[in-house]
Amino acid sequence: MAPSRRSPKKLRVAKSSRTARAPGAPSRRRGSRPRGERRDGPRPELRTYDASTARQTGTARRSWEKGELAASTARAPTRRTEFVTDSGIPVPPIVLPADRSREDFRDLGLPGQFPYTRGVQPTMYRGRLWTMRMFAGFGTPADTNQRFKYLMAHGTTGLSTAFDMPALMGYDADHPMSRGEVGKEGVAVSSLRDFEILFDGIPLDQVTTSMTINASAVVALCMYIAVAEKQGVPMAKLGGTIQNDMLKEYIAQKEWIVPPRPAVRIVVDMIEFCSRNMPRWHPVSISGYHIREAGATAVQELAFTLADGIGYVEECVKRGLAVDDFAARLSFFWDVHNDFFEEIAKFRAARRIWARVMRDRFGARDPRSWQLRTHAQTAGVSLTAQQPYNNVVRTALQALAAVLGGTQSLHTNSLDETYALPTEESVTLALRTQQLIAHESGVDRVVDPLGGSYYVEYLTDEMEKRAMEYIRRIDEMGGIIRAVEEGYPQKEIGESAYHFQREIEEGERLIVGVNAFQSERHEPVEILKIDERVAEEQGERLRKVKAERDGRAVAAALARVEAAARGSDNLMPPVLEAVKAYATLGEISDVFRKVWGQYREGGIF
Amino acid sequence: MPDRKLRILVAKPGLDGHDRGAKIIARALRDAGMEVIYTGLHQTPEMIVSAAVQEDVDAIGLSIMSGAHMTLFPAVIDLLKSQKAGDIEVFGGGIIPDDDIPQLKKLGVAEIFTPGSSTQDIVQWIRQNIQPRA
Repeated sequence: MAPSRRSPKKLRVAKSSRTARAPGAPSRRRGSRPRGERRDGPRPELRTYDASTARQTGTARRSWEKGELAASTARAPTRRTEFVTDSGIPVPPIVLPADRSREDFRDLGLPGQFPYTRGVQPTMYRGRLWTMRMFAGFGTPADTNQRFKYLMAHGTTGLSTAFDMPALMGYDADHPMSRGEVGKEGVAVSSLRDFEILFDGIPLDQVTTSMTINASAVVALCMYIAVAEKQGVPMAKLGGTIQNDMLKEYIAQKEWIVPPRPAVRIVVDMIEFCSRNMPRWHPVSISGYHIREAGATAVQELAFTLADGIGYVEECVKRGLAVDDFAARLSFFWDVHNDFFEEIAKFRAARRIWARVMRDRFGARDPRSWQLRTHAQTAGVSLTAQQPYNNVVRTALQALAAVLGGTQSLHTNSLDETYALPTEESVTLALRTQQLIAHESGVDRVVDPLGGSYYVEYLTDEMEKRAMEYIRRIDEMGGIIRAVEEGYPQKEIGESAYHFQREIEEGERLIVGVNAFQSERHEPVEILKIDERVAEEQGERLRKVKAERDGRAVAAALARVEAAARGSDNLMPPVLEAVKAYATLGEISDVFRKVWGQYREGGIF
Repeated sequence: MPDRKLRILVAKPGLDGHDRGAKIIARALRDAGMEVIYTGLHQTPEMIVSAAVQEDVDAIGLSIMSGAHMTLFPAVIDLLKSQKAGDIEVFGGGIIPDDDIPQLKKLGVAEIFTPGSSTQDIVQWIRQNIQPRA
């Protein structure tokens, strides 16, 4: 059974929540002790609390329940009879060592140690602050290039590129499907010429770049490699991330070209290519963000995202790749929503599950393969159009949760994003929010400051347990690709989204400014508008590129892409060759459509 | 009160994949007793109008998050007129700046629901403003 929201459980759930190795996971081969681990045979326990202390806190609580608590609730009942997290995990009034009497210190470990509950690096932010990576992209490549340079001048420490919808769906700017969409939700790119403008004057050996693109990721990565080459930077020196997580596209974000199986094949091609040629590149960013934004709970986000990760590792292993040759390059991307402690617990649980899955299920031996490194973004879906300045506060709290959760990189949303893409002023305020947390709040000074909090540890255990139940169920269905084809995660997310909306409409969940504390005062915000000039300019440049390029070379290169797609050769080399010949993103995507067909999802709701 | 169930087409034009809102609305309208057809994602105005005519709906609800509303709403309305189905009302919602709403209404969009609207607001508006077509 899938974990249900709002499962009524008694207070002492923590007692039974001791985490264990995932059932069904193959045990480690005897005598093959991975580095960094000293665990052989039956696992010795290292209890965090000694039994007598734990018992005494339980006794103290019983007397408190009969005394102070009973007196207090007799005078004034609690605001609710039951408290639960946003994922439906029961929240006890207080958690004590008595509830955690079986807590094993080795489930927490120390920072930089298996299972990385407390963080992937030994020093965390004492060593290096998280990367402040502000997602940007709109209009023409020149518009976005200018925004990149602005952000770099204001202290952003990594680039992050948003592409427009036509690029994400594999259409050129002049395609009929691109009507009204060119440059609207991201930067418009159709050919290598656009990439040349986009990264003009930005030394690609000195910045790391993240590119949020999936279905046409293979084209975008090749264009990036080609631009770098023109700057004299070899691909081996390029650092950054391409999102390239197709499974979550079918689950949540829904920008696709071909059906799931060929799409995953392309992802595996890219992981394979990068593991051999681009040691500093992350070829996939396994993303919970979109799953959460589509309506998943934190537990579902955790479960489906890690299931996607397991799916990619399985496919790579089937391809014949050795797990330690690519696993260290897999990265993750979480949403950070409103439930402060649950979000922090999610980051911690994610690291612990991934470490165990990689070591115990896939037999990874290199500690770097066990470490879940992540980017995070505050929850766009939590922003409200009403009283937009409240969004600054929401974002600050969410950003703080991401930092307390130990993220490696963070994007903070801007206050005006329920209306349009953010203006320069609002982006600056969002960046300043991170800088305030980093330099003024003091939370950077200690590693995992909430580690050992009875409540946060309880939530971490619960998140792990509930996510593992989902993962087990997906395994039973035959794996995540099958589950996605059957629409299982999609359906679970749809249910949660509807439930969330009902809670708001029934006033069970209060959203400040929306269904509570409304105000008549109109707070106007300035809105960034993208006009049709962008589409014209992009169309014009595309015509010019097509007129100037060697048409025969393009046709030959596209034929080689098609041959690779039909066969089993890695797609990266022929696509790289095609983009260098100025074959367009749309033309290369058309080859994929021709070979594998256009994916469509039925109108189920 | 209408003497037959209202038939509503919930449509998702354009290339963006944000279907959370469209699906919630589709479900809320169905729960409110209407017949709902949902087009699925990435529909062109032509596909939407053809579905509306084929399914003989009373109204179309368009959900747009991509900023392409000033292109896609008019395209749907013009196509309906050219197919002699101009009496199918068009309403919509999504990320639509206030400044664009008067222009959309002038072009023939019956109502726009912006973020924060409740499903009940939409159900109520439909009950008050949409009649079963003859």
